[in-house]
Amino acid sequence: MIDLIYLAVFLPLLGFLINGIFGSKIKNVERSKIPFLGEKIIGLIGSGAIGIAFLIVIGAFFETLSLPADQRTNYVNLFTWMKVGALDVSFAYQVDQLSLIMALVVTGVGFIIHVYSIGYMHGDRSFWRFFAYLNLFIFAMMNLILADNFVLMFLGWEGVGLCSYLLIGFWYDKDFEKSTTSAAGLKAFVVNRIGDVGFLLGMFLIYLFFDSLKFSEVFSRAVSFDVPEHIFTLITLFLFIGAIGKSAQIPLYVWLPDAMAGPTPVSALIHAATMVTAGVYMVARTSVLYAMAPTTMMIVAVIGVFTAFFAATIGLVQNDIKKVLAYSTISQLGYMFLAMGAGAFSAGIFHLMTHAFFKALLFLGAGSIIHAMHEQQDIQHYGGLKKYLPITYGTFLVAAMAISGIPPLSGFFSKDEILWFSYTNLGFVFWLIGVLTAMMTAFYMFRLYFLTFDGKPRFDEKQTHPHESPKMMTVPLIVLAVLSAIGGFIGIPEIFSGAHGNAFHSWLSPIFKSANLKLSYFGAHSHFEEYLLMAISVAGALGGILGAAYIYLKRPSIAVNTVEKFKSIYTTLWNKYYVDEVYDATVINPIVNSSRSFLWKLFDNKIIDGLVNGMARSVGDVSALIRKLQTGIVQSYALVMMIGILLAMFWLILSF
Amino acid sequence: MNLEFILFIIFAAISVSSGLLMITRVNLVIAALLLVVNFASLAGLYLILNAQFIAIAQVIIYAGAIMVFFLFVIMLINPEHEKKFMDYKPQLKIFGVIISILVFIQLTYIILLSKPSEGVSREVEASVKAGTIEQIGRELFTNYVLPFEAVAYLLLAAAIGALVLAKKKFN
Amino acid sequence: MQIQIEYYLILSAALFIIGVTGVLIRRNAIVVFMCIELMLNSANLTLITFSSYLGNSIGQLFVFFVMAVAAAEAAVGLAIIIALFRNKRTVNIDEINIFKW
Repeated sequence: MIDLIYLAVFLPLLGFLINGIFGSKIKNVERSKIPFLGEKIIGLIGSGAIGIAFLIVIGAFFETLSLPADQRTNYVNLFTWMKVGALDVSFAYQVDQLSLIMALVVTGVGFIIHVYSIGYMHGDRSFWRFFAYLNLFIFAMMNLILADNFVLMFLGWEGVGLCSYLLIGFWYDKDFEKSTTSAAGLKAFVVNRIGDVGFLLGMFLIYLFFDSLKFSEVFSRAVSFDVPEHIFTLITLFLFIGAIGKSAQIPLYVWLPDAMAGPTPVSALIHAATMVTAGVYMVARTSVLYAMAPTTMMIVAVIGVFTAFFAATIGLVQNDIKKVLAYSTISQLGYMFLAMGAGAFSAGIFHLMTHAFFKALLFLGAGSIIHAMHEQQDIQHYGGLKKYLPITYGTFLVAAMAISGIPPLSGFFSKDEILWFSYTNLGFVFWLIGVLTAMMTAFYMFRLYFLTFDGKPRFDEKQTHPHESPKMMTVPLIVLAVLSAIGGFIGIPEIFSGAHGNAFHSWLSPIFKSANLKLSYFGAHSHFEEYLLMAISVAGALGGILGAAYIYLKRPSIAVNTVEKFKSIYTTLWNKYYVDEVYDATVINPIVNSSRSFLWKLFDNKIIDGLVNGMARSVGDVSALIRKLQTGIVQSYALVMMIGILLAMFWLILSF
Repeated sequence: MNLEFILFIIFAAISVSSGLLMITRVNLVIAALLLVVNFASLAGLYLILNAQFIAIAQVIIYAGAIMVFFLFVIMLINPEHEKKFMDYKPQLKIFGVIISILVFIQLTYIILLSKPSEGVSREVEASVKAGTIEQIGRELFTNYVLPFEAVAYLLLAAAIGALVLAKKKFN
Repeated sequence: MQIQIEYYLILSAALFIIGVTGVLIRRNAIVVFMCIELMLNSANLTLITFSSYLGNSIGQLFVFFVMAVAAAEAAVGLAIIIALFRNKRTVNIDEINIFKW
């Protein structure tokens, strides 16, 4: 099955081509016996391609599992892509422990979300376009994950960015906040470009110093070549800029909240579960380089923990259900980068996986709620939905508990591991901020939960009749809820499982072996410490939940009073620290204004256009002069020919 | 001074003078007849060069057929004689003559400079043999039979083309 | 005494230039056409000369083909002149100048 892994990449492309080219025709297929046959066919093609890809990845996974631990890295070479001088880039896939985990998450969660979308997008006029884009996204994401070199990874990297743009602006004529959804898509695209420049520069530097862009070669040369440390710092910093852009970290996170303009399954798939974790994956993939650059590791950790905290504070006060989840995603991505910075690469990937489960579930649940509430996204107008949406309610609760870190749900294991490694490898302060963030996470998640499902309905029950979503949507929710609940058991920490060790870590350890050899952490820490810290973080999460319950169920007045008391802080948080406004004032407006006044009106209109028009006009003038040569009299042409012969023969004589 | 050289001088003088007269005559019929004289003198030159077959062909095809054709067309359309052809744009024409003379000087210069006579010397027997009808016919119907057939088709096409062009109306 | 090959070549050049001059100065299309025939013949003279001096009959074969082509060309060219005369009532090439800007 490993050899067939290219099918898992190209089947989604096939699905994209079929739905993209013939979708509008298929949509109109009708049979009186089966309602909406066209939509069903499109959905079947779209999710079928991903489903088969998922099966292939599972097959490849088990085949890899059956191999000895040191032979689990396999390469599938398709063709030579470009060969210029020493640069030799192949269209080749690297199937190893890390890429398989990612491929499983992407195709698995992707498949579930595809199925959900059949229900969610039902009746949309561009139903086929949606599935075409989703399949294209999976294709690009699989290239990103499975690539065995930086160039192919960059292809996928740009591809997912494109799909993100297309899907954010999917309802391109719909208003979103102050402008339209297409403007939100544009914002995501432009902000991502800033990161991509960093990625490219990092890639150039890698080629400059290691003469290759193939992962295996670069990493072995990184260890063996004698390259100064500041080069590694520079390379990894550039790559990290790319990761910041893609994974929405400070300061380039601003696009992700706006990305919620897209349909909710898109938010679940791209902006929560898969694409935004590409930056984390890239750091993990290049962990060898990062291990050689301790400075960058520290920067990664600081940005990660700061983003986690910062986004969580904003999440505390937002009222749009998807906005809360968006800031929560940024915050959780911060955790992953904290893990990367701490050198706990497999812990970061573990959190990436569990986060994919419960955050996708949260978004899909939110989609179900929004569906039921007729596109109403403001949680102030929810309340008491428990009885209307029983399945959504149950699954949402599981996800909220998982993200809050309640044992033994998946979020507990992964988050606790990150906190533990940040304590041992980075220091107390990082752990403390992490725990505070975990408390806030629990608080805002359960604020969301209580405001939505508990209490009295705050909408007009006569006009709005919430209803549970169809099976097409609830079954994916249940599957994801099961995964969120038990997904953590594959990575039970050593102190619980004893001799077996952490299964997830030992699976991934060959990937991070050379990186971990470079990092010399791991001082002696007692098991008591680990238990204590674990207890504190669980207590923090429970405290957050109880606090939310107390404030939003028992005494809503507290919330109002606190807002009154700390008006300025509240407004700052409500306006997301005015980051967008600051960017507008410092970066965007100056660029836009100078472009408009100088580049457009002066440079383009006067100089460029003047040059071009002047060129054309002068050609016209000259032509008007020399067209008189065309007398129409054959003899003058013959004369000119003779003059030519004369000159040619003159040259001949001279050259004798 | 052998006979060959004398004949060459005579024929060369006839051909050049008849050519010069031809391009200066106003009367078209006279010009055409002068061209016939020119072609006949060229046939004489060919004979001196031992090219018997071509000399005969020159007389039959050029001096005979083609020039008769010319005369026929001249008499058919009977255009008025161009009076004083130097009237129209005389500067252009004088300039043309000057250019022509310059090109002639250049040509002569190149011919004299490259001294072709150092490379080739005429062997009479080989020359005579090359010009016989037997030799030409052998070549024509063995090695060059394909161009020969092609020329036949060219002539057929030209005949049809001339018919179509000269017809009164295109249907 | 043998005639040197230069004599023939210069004679051929002279005939060619006479033809060129005729093309450049004459107005009448028929005369221009005859001048073109003259130029063709001057080229033929060169070919025959070399054929004779090299003892090789290929040059004369070539002249044979040139004659055939010249005959074809004369037929078509004269037909064109007739057609032209029928339409424009003239064969003066400076009056036929519709191919200008």
